[in-house]
Amino acid sequence: MGQIVLSKVKKAFGDVVVIPPLDLTIEDGEFTVFVGPSGCGKSTLLRLIAGLEDVSSGSIQIDGRESSDAPPSKRGLAMVFQSYALYPHMTVRKNIAFPLRMAKMDKAEIEKRVDNAAKVLNLADYIDRRPGQLSGGQRQRVAIGRAIVREPSAFLFDEPLSNLDAALRMGMRLEISELHKRLDTTMVYVTHDQVEAMTMADKIVVLNAGNIEQVGSPLDLYHKPKNIFVAGFIGSPKMNMITGETAAAHGAHTIGVRPEHIDVSDSGGTWSGVVGVSEHLGSDSFFHIHETGLADMITVRSGGEVGFTRGDRVSLTPRPDMIHKFNEQGDRIS
Amino acid sequence: MATQHSRSAARLMLAPAVVLLLGWMLVPLTMTLYFSFKKYLPLRGDTLSGGLDWVGFENYSRFIGSSAFWPSVQATLLIVGSVLVITVVLGILLAILLDQPMWGQGIVRILVISPFFVMPTVSALVWKNMFMDPVNGLLAHLFEFFGAEPVLWLSEASMESIILIVSWQWLPFATLILLTAIQSLDSEQLEASEIDGAPILKRFWYIVLPHLGRAITVVVLIQTIFLLSIFAEIFVTTGGAFGTKTLTYLIFQRVLESQNIGLGSAGGVYAIILANIVAIFLMRIVGKNLDK
Repeated sequence: MGQIVLSKVKKAFGDVVVIPPLDLTIEDGEFTVFVGPSGCGKSTLLRLIAGLEDVSSGSIQIDGRESSDAPPSKRGLAMVFQSYALYPHMTVRKNIAFPLRMAKMDKAEIEKRVDNAAKVLNLADYIDRRPGQLSGGQRQRVAIGRAIVREPSAFLFDEPLSNLDAALRMGMRLEISELHKRLDTTMVYVTHDQVEAMTMADKIVVLNAGNIEQVGSPLDLYHKPKNIFVAGFIGSPKMNMITGETAAAHGAHTIGVRPEHIDVSDSGGTWSGVVGVSEHLGSDSFFHIHETGLADMITVRSGGEVGFTRGDRVSLTPRPDMIHKFNEQGDRIS
Repeated sequence: MATQHSRSAARLMLAPAVVLLLGWMLVPLTMTLYFSFKKYLPLRGDTLSGGLDWVGFENYSRFIGSSAFWPSVQATLLIVGSVLVITVVLGILLAILLDQPMWGQGIVRILVISPFFVMPTVSALVWKNMFMDPVNGLLAHLFEFFGAEPVLWLSEASMESIILIVSWQWLPFATLILLTAIQSLDSEQLEASEIDGAPILKRFWYIVLPHLGRAITVVVLIQTIFLLSIFAEIFVTTGGAFGTKTLTYLIFQRVLESQNIGLGSAGGVYAIILANIVAIFLMRIVGKNLDK
């Protein structure tokens, strides 16, 4: 059981309101990702759940128990920090055993659980080393190991992959997803990287300036962003936003088209422009199109075999069913 | 870039410092060794130009055979040990206190550090005349206020008084080093241990204290070097009376009060040996701690 219910949770530091009252329910066994630009309050929200910060008002229920005033250790949660927060003077084994020792568990049980965690996370090779002798990925594993031995009702991850290089990050992403499937425990994961959010989450919570902009499954957010902020934040490269007459023709203040939903051709399209920078990734090519009269720049994604170069005049055709319409307030129409 | 050229240039530039340091250490050391094997009593007419008599190890056996020798070694070790314990323990507590966010932090920190800027002679005088004087001292007034008999600090509790004065001087140093160490502790580690269920005392014991280990060894090492040779505090307050005669002070008395340079030099050699014994012990502990 690991349902977390936030109701009217508010956090203010002095006069500065970081999180205006918000409601959120994280279901048992769900992988929920808090995503948003830096400074949007996602880490603060996680720390409120963990108990590292006190709520200014509102209540937090974990497992059906009122926990707003409970100390962190009594909430039955485990947290993995951005810096991993391993204890540098203890070996990996002692690090992992630490929460169990604090819980005064008997030695045989501690041993069993540590060995089990080591097996699950492939730590056995360096179980007697100190964190200083480990690589980033290994430290990350140890931090996760320290979290899982407690068998918490929910895991909290605070940007756990941001200190790793790209290749390792992909690997660890998979491992964490794998772990979630195997343990079937609630996980709350904070990241600013929308790719992590899209790939791992059952449910994404998009935050902006402390407000929840939208809650939904990854594809929900991709296909039906509630407003311009979500539309711009989810998806890479960013959605093209077009205002003015073109938008008015669609009966909207702003329309948005994702780069992958615009076809490029030599001629015969709806819009036209000149290719500026083109990025060829092999599988895909990204073109930055200028002089369209729509916006400063339109980004277009097409297959890797398309070979326009700088200065080429091209023709653009948006897929009509993939045009997102927004009103003046930036909210989605229809 | 450690090319051949830059390395020899570095050596050349280091040379003056090395030569100076060597001279500074080697010349007095050799002279001390030389005098320790000679009979050198200036008041009895011994002069360098007139030649000194070789007496072998007589100075050494006389120095160690004197009834003042062992008590002075004990006094030295007692002062060093007590001051170390007091400064490290109080230093950790003060550092934790100063690390808390509070109003006027900058000023408080400067105030805490200020005793360290007071010269040993001055601070000993201040303590002697302002606090410990049995008639006019602040402590005497305090005791009288509560109806108690003023303590004759420097004669009745002389060792404690000196330890108090020296600790007061060195506490800021320990606090400063330990404060910087505490500030470098990753707050996420403390938070992690809090979530892991460690109450405050266990967090201190398992997380903060090990983190301070290195800083504590540095404090102990540096303070020991200086504490082995404290002199002004004793000279100004008790003058070596009431069991406060340290090895350093004994040597001073032999050389300047008894005007026996040979005997004092032999004492100096003993002091070097004592310092080295202490240093070997310390280095082993420090070495272990710094390896981590």
